[in-house]
Amino acid sequence: MLAFILRRLAQAALVMLTVGLIAFSLFRFVGDPVLFMLGQEATPEDRTRLTLLLGLDQPFYVQYAGFVARAVQGEFGISLRQVRPVSGMILERLPATLELALVAAVLALVAGIVMGVYTALRRNSWFSQALLALSLIGVSLPTFLIGILLILVFAVLLGWLPSFGRGETVDLGWWSTGFLTASGLKALILPSITLGLFQMTLIQRLVRTEMLEVLRTDYIKFARARGLSDRAVHFRHALKNTLVPVITITGLQLGAIIAFAIITETVFQWPGMGLLFIQSVQFADIPVMAAYLCLIALFFVVINLVVDLLYYAVDPRLRIDRAAAAH
Amino acid sequence: MSGPLLEVKDLRVEFPTRRGTLVAVDGASLAIAPGEILGVVGESGAGKSLTGMAIIGLLEPPGRIAAGEIRLAGERIDGLPYEQMRRIRGRRIGAIFQDPLTSLNPLFTVGEQLTETILAHLEVTPAAARTRALALLAEVGIPAPQARIDHYPHQFSGGMRQRVVVALALCAEPRLIIADEPTTALDVSIQAQIIALLRRLAREHGTAVMLITHDMGVIAETADRVAVMYAGRIAEIGPVREVIHAPRHPYTAGLMGSIPKVGRGAGKKRGRLVQIEGAMPRLNAIPPGCAFNPRCPQRFARCAAERPELIAVGTTAAACWLYADGP
Repeated sequence: MLAFILRRLAQAALVMLTVGLIAFSLFRFVGDPVLFMLGQEATPEDRTRLTLLLGLDQPFYVQYAGFVARAVQGEFGISLRQVRPVSGMILERLPATLELALVAAVLALVAGIVMGVYTALRRNSWFSQALLALSLIGVSLPTFLIGILLILVFAVLLGWLPSFGRGETVDLGWWSTGFLTASGLKALILPSITLGLFQMTLIQRLVRTEMLEVLRTDYIKFARARGLSDRAVHFRHALKNTLVPVITITGLQLGAIIAFAIITETVFQWPGMGLLFIQSVQFADIPVMAAYLCLIALFFVVINLVVDLLYYAVDPRLRIDRAAAAH
Repeated sequence: MSGPLLEVKDLRVEFPTRRGTLVAVDGASLAIAPGEILGVVGESGAGKSLTGMAIIGLLEPPGRIAAGEIRLAGERIDGLPYEQMRRIRGRRIGAIFQDPLTSLNPLFTVGEQLTETILAHLEVTPAAARTRALALLAEVGIPAPQARIDHYPHQFSGGMRQRVVVALALCAEPRLIIADEPTTALDVSIQAQIIALLRRLAREHGTAVMLITHDMGVIAETADRVAVMYAGRIAEIGPVREVIHAPRHPYTAGLMGSIPKVGRGAGKKRGRLVQIEGAMPRLNAIPPGCAFNPRCPQRFARCAAERPELIAVGTTAAACWLYADGP
């Protein structure tokens, strides 16, 4: 188990180093930073001085090592557009994105599993058929269209919910939360539905398929033959067996929710990291883009690690080496 | 003993399909006394497993009991509401399925599966259920139950797993056990152990066993009486010695002739294995009259015209017109 975690951590570090390299090379692709900072009219002396100051005369790998060392400390340089430390900018945008992603993920997971189980157990009811048809729409409509449709119906036509922004937020230390005010919660509804809808329908269809598969197995038949109640058979025996693939997909999708919040945040003008990233792209604000890239990669790596550990918790067959040691 | 424990009369199991109704079990009648082991033998598709599933009320839709009655200790149990049938399953009729690898839920320890079954039927505390689970594991011959109870199914060998399955069937001390191919997936030495276990249960606890198998050898070693099924009908039923040594029905005779005999009379020159010409008819093409008549070496006019009922011949009964006028 420990060896497994260590191995996974080493792999994670490797992934992060690679992503760091890509982020780092962004700086080189967009041209000469010295030229960029000093403009066309600078003297050769000024250029040499700045090159030395920025350490750009050093070989590539030394510069990369410096980048990694600073990145580990959360230091990604100064935003070219706002002339502020990038880490501070990201940090103040982070809560908005994480809260949105969290609500979207919980919504997707809970609603997805409930609907998936329901449509599997009541396979032939008209309500299941309706849910399945709706889920097809959820899978096939693009996110921005869903967002715009929701805004049209609930913000413009009905006027129930705000069409943009986070509403009022409360600061808890550096973390600004929208969970504690009515307007903050109301502002979360449309964007989180928009963001989570695809995942929700995906999970629903996945749970349904897996559940139908599991219900056909011998151990479910045997559980019935043992006289267990339907509730125990369905929700104890069958559901737990459907969870392994669901955990995989959910884990991967949670990363996707954070990363692809960009579109939802743009549609709803949600002041999160995705919006920051889009604005940075428009201004070629490389340090912000590099930092965003590294942070998203970090999320993916951490989530994957957690998913792997969850497998261990759910599926005892993977714990085989530990159990063998206990013999 | 006052009457049989289980009595099945004229059981008819149908599968309505788009191309007409398939009759999988057609007028099967049998009875099992307490402590008796009744073997049910036949080729795949002869309806023996479906008879077992019909008795425990777990026919998979669209399969259904179309006619006949099933009585357990004199009470009718076919057509009971689901919840009442659930209370009978496990409590009064235990079941053992073919494949111990797939009969146990891989995500729960054997202790969890045993105690949940005990708690589903008996009003005991969880602690008492665990004590009983340990006793059951010891009863079915699992060494060191205290150490094994918290293990997962994958940590047991095939034979040990089948013992766990037997323990699960015994949780609430059912008077009847339906064992559907309990030894088919096991190697021969393990088969012998499971057979010995079933025999001991029948002898010591007076448990009646319906042993469904296609293996005449297992029947010969285990059963007191045997029912031979062919194309959904019972061809012959009687004491196992009689049926094996003096088969009355031409199909049974053919079946016995097709068993290779090793050892007995070794060295003596013997004939080739007898083979029954043709194959068992499909359910949608069962011939009129006796279902076996096209393959029967002794058929005569009446066989294709009229369907024979079971006719008593000595201690056995055979569904064959040869015995219409006494043996």
